[in-house]
Amino acid sequence: MTDAKITIYPKEPLVALVGNPNCGKTSLFNLLTGGQQKVANYAGVTVERKEGKFYLQGGSFLRILDLPGVYSLYPRTPDERISCHVLMGNAEGEKRPDLVLCVLDATNLRRGLRLVLGIKRLGLPCVVVLNMMDLALHRGMQIDLDTLAVAIGLPVVATVGVHADGISKLKSLLNQKGLKQANDNITLAASTPNRFGVSGLESSQSPSIEVNIKEDNEVVREILLRLGLEQILPDQFSDRLDRVLLHPVLGQMILLGILFLMFQAVFSWAEWPMAMILRTSDWLGEQCLEFLPDHWIRSLIIHGVIAGVGGVLVFLPQILILFFFILVLEESGYLPRAAYLLDRMMSTVGLSGRSFIPLLSSFACAIPGIMATRTISNTRDRLVTILIAPLMTCSARLPVYSLLIAAFIPAQEIGFGVQLQGVILFALYFGGIVSAMAIAWLLKKVMQQKGSFQPLMMELPSYHIPRMKNILLGLWQRMYIFLSRVGGMILLLTVTLWCLASYPVAPVGANLSAIEYSFAGMLGRFLQVIFEPIGFNWQISLALVPGLAAREVVVSSLGTVYALSGTEGDIAQALMPLLSQGWSLATALSLLMWFVFAPQCLSTLAAVRRETGGLMIPLVMLLYLFGLAYLASFLTYRLAVSWGLG
Amino acid sequence: MCIDDPHSHKTRVSMYLDQIPNGCLLRVKQVHHQQEFPDLAKQLEEIGFIPGEFVQVMRRSLIGGDPLVVRIGLSTFALRKKEAAIIEVEE
Repeated sequence: MTDAKITIYPKEPLVALVGNPNCGKTSLFNLLTGGQQKVANYAGVTVERKEGKFYLQGGSFLRILDLPGVYSLYPRTPDERISCHVLMGNAEGEKRPDLVLCVLDATNLRRGLRLVLGIKRLGLPCVVVLNMMDLALHRGMQIDLDTLAVAIGLPVVATVGVHADGISKLKSLLNQKGLKQANDNITLAASTPNRFGVSGLESSQSPSIEVNIKEDNEVVREILLRLGLEQILPDQFSDRLDRVLLHPVLGQMILLGILFLMFQAVFSWAEWPMAMILRTSDWLGEQCLEFLPDHWIRSLIIHGVIAGVGGVLVFLPQILILFFFILVLEESGYLPRAAYLLDRMMSTVGLSGRSFIPLLSSFACAIPGIMATRTISNTRDRLVTILIAPLMTCSARLPVYSLLIAAFIPAQEIGFGVQLQGVILFALYFGGIVSAMAIAWLLKKVMQQKGSFQPLMMELPSYHIPRMKNILLGLWQRMYIFLSRVGGMILLLTVTLWCLASYPVAPVGANLSAIEYSFAGMLGRFLQVIFEPIGFNWQISLALVPGLAAREVVVSSLGTVYALSGTEGDIAQALMPLLSQGWSLATALSLLMWFVFAPQCLSTLAAVRRETGGLMIPLVMLLYLFGLAYLASFLTYRLAVSWGLG
Repeated sequence: MCIDDPHSHKTRVSMYLDQIPNGCLLRVKQVHHQQEFPDLAKQLEEIGFIPGEFVQVMRRSLIGGDPLVVRIGLSTFALRKKEAAIIEVEE
């Protein structure tokens, strides 16, 4: 931090929102900035950085930064660390805030006030925002704002972060502050060495921190006494709900029901938007076929660009539906309770309930799941969760499953109206979960640290009714992140694979399909040597190569290899009879097994590399999943052959 | 009544949060620092387990009573038994 790195910051004043987790900070942020938000990452780390604009009367604006929630200035997770670094002015590429809005949950002043004291000590200009004033009043807490302001020595504003007029006082305060600041603001700032003793924060042994905790507690108690808020008045409503939702038996059943509903929705609601996207990309391809001259560029556009973009977009519906549920559960305060309910089960394989949310997201796509592991403070837990996340069957594997199941598993009832095909599909999902748990258990045995113990320490916030606006904003942000991270990668790979599959061009008068003469064809033949023992022919081996980019591409690749032409939907239809005649059941089962473990797509590996900051973990992941997939397929194939299914 | 041993009213043994029956309203006496997990006590203090604060075990998991749901002040936290075991409480 002592280097003379010069960073040019936007000239607008920076206002940072800080607060305890669950204090309604993000709602407040959404109200202040409206749709004017920019989501990105902090430099060097994968912590979401949310910035927005607050327009002052007169047209200029303030930059509002929504910092991750913290309990104190003594950070535990990467998220919390970022907040502390920004406040101290030594976060890379981040200006020290010109003003801090310290958001407090008015119903839980005690904890919030300790944070305020810490921030005040940093010497930053600070305004205390008492959020959720309506709830405090509802619970019979009368908070005298003037007394509080005098006691703490900072301006205090009350807000209700649920509706727009609840923050009018805060807005007018920002207007006063902002206009004053805009006049004497410095536009060019060097990252200066921090003046407030960061070293004290980094080391857990620092005596000054301990003294502060004790002193601060005294100060906070005095303030609360002066306000007449020493007694505790818990949230009756949440307690009543918890009596049902956290009930040892009933609670588990409700959780199971919610999860079932969620998956049902992911697969049934997403059906028609996915079909729409496919149809649109097919239609676009047809238009190109019709109106563009027969040239290699046309092929690139149809099979590279359109297929690539369509291949990315087609997952959006499922991902959005899953995230809709996750966001609703998160906003309502249920998600940490689900983690609590599952903690016991997860701890038998050495994980904590905190791993539940990342693993749940992985059913849509492993990438958001892996990104969600940031909230796990224990390094080992986080690593194990990242390693097993790809074993949760992501939606990209579904098209492959559906194709193979439809082609090879007879559509018959096995009683009680249960379809055999459905059972197989469920078994494949279940197989992924079971093997993930097995791997976690194994890793617990292997990676046993001395005195290993993972604290849970998870807050169960009061229940709130989810607000549509926050959920829609959250969805929009997830979508943006998914498209920007995954989209570019898949598109690039699809185009590369198109090149590999198209060149060198087949000689004139060739009687084999063009792809067999290409680089991809050569690769397929080479790979066949490796995959022969598990029953894959060269066509499958070849189709697995583009499958590395995105697994669902395997279906269209098989189409290419079997020299089929037509639109994507047609390919799957036309492939089915070809496959069921050409492949043995053993081969099909082996391929299904392969995809339960299938070394994940390159974008996942890239995400893992980013999150773990090195090549080591993605490499380990690639090898172990490859090994598992090979082993499982080998066993399946050999067993099937010996039972006469070859 | 929550933490007193009915047989020995004179010798008060120190009681820890993990042994307290559900629903007893007590106060935190002290969070004991652990050699093995140096950060644990500090983290508990940071989230509100400070001397004098009201504390109550709300519920326990069915199997093994782990994890616990604990009300500290006005917040509710899920804690592992091991975490609760270093929190000394008094009436």
